[in-house]
Amino acid sequence: METAGKSVPTIPGNTFLYQLKRKLPYIISYGILAVTTLPVIFMYLWLIIQSFASNMKYGLIPEGFSLENWEFLWTNIVYKGAELPSIWTATWNSLFFAGMLTVLEVLIGVMAGYALSRLTFPGREQILKITMILHAFPSIALLIATFYILNFMSLYDSLFGVVLVKTALQIPMTTWIIKGFFDDVSWDLEWAGLIDGCSRIKVWFRIVLPQVKPGIASVSIFSFLSGWSEFLLLYTFIVSNENVTLASFLQRLTSDPNMVNYGVLSAISLFYLIPVLVFFIFTQKSLMKANVGGVKKV
Amino acid sequence: MKTVINKWKLPAVMLGPFLILIFLFFFVPVILTGILAFTNMDSAMNWEFNRLLNFEKLFSDPDISLILRNTLLYVLFTLCINVFFGLTLALLTTYFMKKEQFSLLFRTIWMLPRMTPPVIYALLWIWFFDPSEYGLLNGIRSLFGLPPVNIIGTEPMLIIILANGVIGASFGMIIFSSAIKSIPEDLFYAANIDGAPHWSIIKDIIMPAIRWPFMFVTLWQLLSLLTSYEYILLITNGGPLNESEVLALYSYHKAFQSFEFGYGAAISLVLVVIALVCTLILWKLFKVKDMIGPSRID
Repeated sequence: METAGKSVPTIPGNTFLYQLKRKLPYIISYGILAVTTLPVIFMYLWLIIQSFASNMKYGLIPEGFSLENWEFLWTNIVYKGAELPSIWTATWNSLFFAGMLTVLEVLIGVMAGYALSRLTFPGREQILKITMILHAFPSIALLIATFYILNFMSLYDSLFGVVLVKTALQIPMTTWIIKGFFDDVSWDLEWAGLIDGCSRIKVWFRIVLPQVKPGIASVSIFSFLSGWSEFLLLYTFIVSNENVTLASFLQRLTSDPNMVNYGVLSAISLFYLIPVLVFFIFTQKSLMKANVGGVKKV
Repeated sequence: MKTVINKWKLPAVMLGPFLILIFLFFFVPVILTGILAFTNMDSAMNWEFNRLLNFEKLFSDPDISLILRNTLLYVLFTLCINVFFGLTLALLTTYFMKKEQFSLLFRTIWMLPRMTPPVIYALLWIWFFDPSEYGLLNGIRSLFGLPPVNIIGTEPMLIIILANGVIGASFGMIIFSSAIKSIPEDLFYAANIDGAPHWSIIKDIIMPAIRWPFMFVTLWQLLSLLTSYEYILLITNGGPLNESEVLALYSYHKAFQSFEFGYGAAISLVLVVIALVCTLILWKLFKVKDMIGPSRID
């Protein structure tokens, strides 16, 4: 970029082309991110717009505001000539399922995590190895045998039965994460408690457990969300109408290609998504951490 | 004798529920799948052994070549998206983006699909590619006067690969991001002062640092992709006419749609064996011995 002027030396940093060349990688990278992220943003944007719109143009532009899509909150939806159960039945069942799963998972996970982190007993290493292997094991391939077992225990079509299955599938990972939290607690704390005359259980309950509260909180949130989102197990093992959950409720309406009503579908989806969004916004950082520990979804 | 009991009591109580669950819903199902694979159990739930008949049936199944082809395509291409797009996202958000808020925002958006309940996520894809002009793709096409296309009907594999790829990419993104972040900053400063181009920084500093995470993500995703079918079930349900059916979903359909539990278990068994081999490789490669340190109180 030599200019006509004779005595003015050009510093390469000042020319436009040099600046452009230096910035180009950044411009390209922002560009790639924007282009690939846009469809994802559109999808979620659509969910919100569609649920409040009476009609949509070009897929994403609303024509008129209306609340009729939200009527499912107070009237039951009629589908294939039959009335679907109330959305509130499904909501309560989903809450029950996710809540129960959280309680069981955290309770069992905390006990086992502590034992594996701090106690000495024969077979400890083997159990740890098994836990790690199961962590990666694709449990979904075992659904047929699980069906047989549930049937055998007469827990087929029972929400509690599915809670048990889901707890079992997640417990290796949960225990592994909680064990990690216990590993970080200083041994001195425990020794101090023991010297002061506490029993091992008391030390655990009074001294060690409060130390891992943040960890337990993030595990609880995580298991609640995974219970709330669960679809496949509920779809496979639950048949009766009174045990329907939000996931199956929505799936039943989506799966029929002849009567797709995106207005109602998006409203129900948004309703179903509320707890996820709330948790997501408030706990985003701790969730990211828990995720690094390993999630078995694809 | 009493001291022995006392010593075992605590670990037994703490680990009891954990072990019972794992036994009931991991060990029994694995063994049961192995046995069921050699029976022709149907909805009557009778045990009738038929030796290798199920496997002979599997090899002579007229649909099997299509299903194997689909499985291969699905696993291969989704894995590529997961790993390479995940890596791209991680590089863009951690290395090229200097503003922490921006990269957090993008990573949050990419985490959304993973946190969304599968039923809603599937609905979003179904809407995106809806054959009528209510879908985004056809809405945009109609803006330009193009006729609507039915991609879910003509290219179902493309949709399920994309949908699963987006979910998996966020997994890669998280793991790669934290690996890139753990590289000492000094290395980047030194490279910058020496005037190293971006390409060589990526090739010589970042790539060696994420070699192990890269392998981990690849194997882990391979394992989950082989046996996962939740999103396929929701988006295309294997259709139209088996065109997007994969082996794991085929096993599910055989068991829970045509109630051939024995045959379904035989297909599952094939998957379980492949999965076990993968798990063992994972375990051998990523054995973390020091995580299994002994207890220090006794």
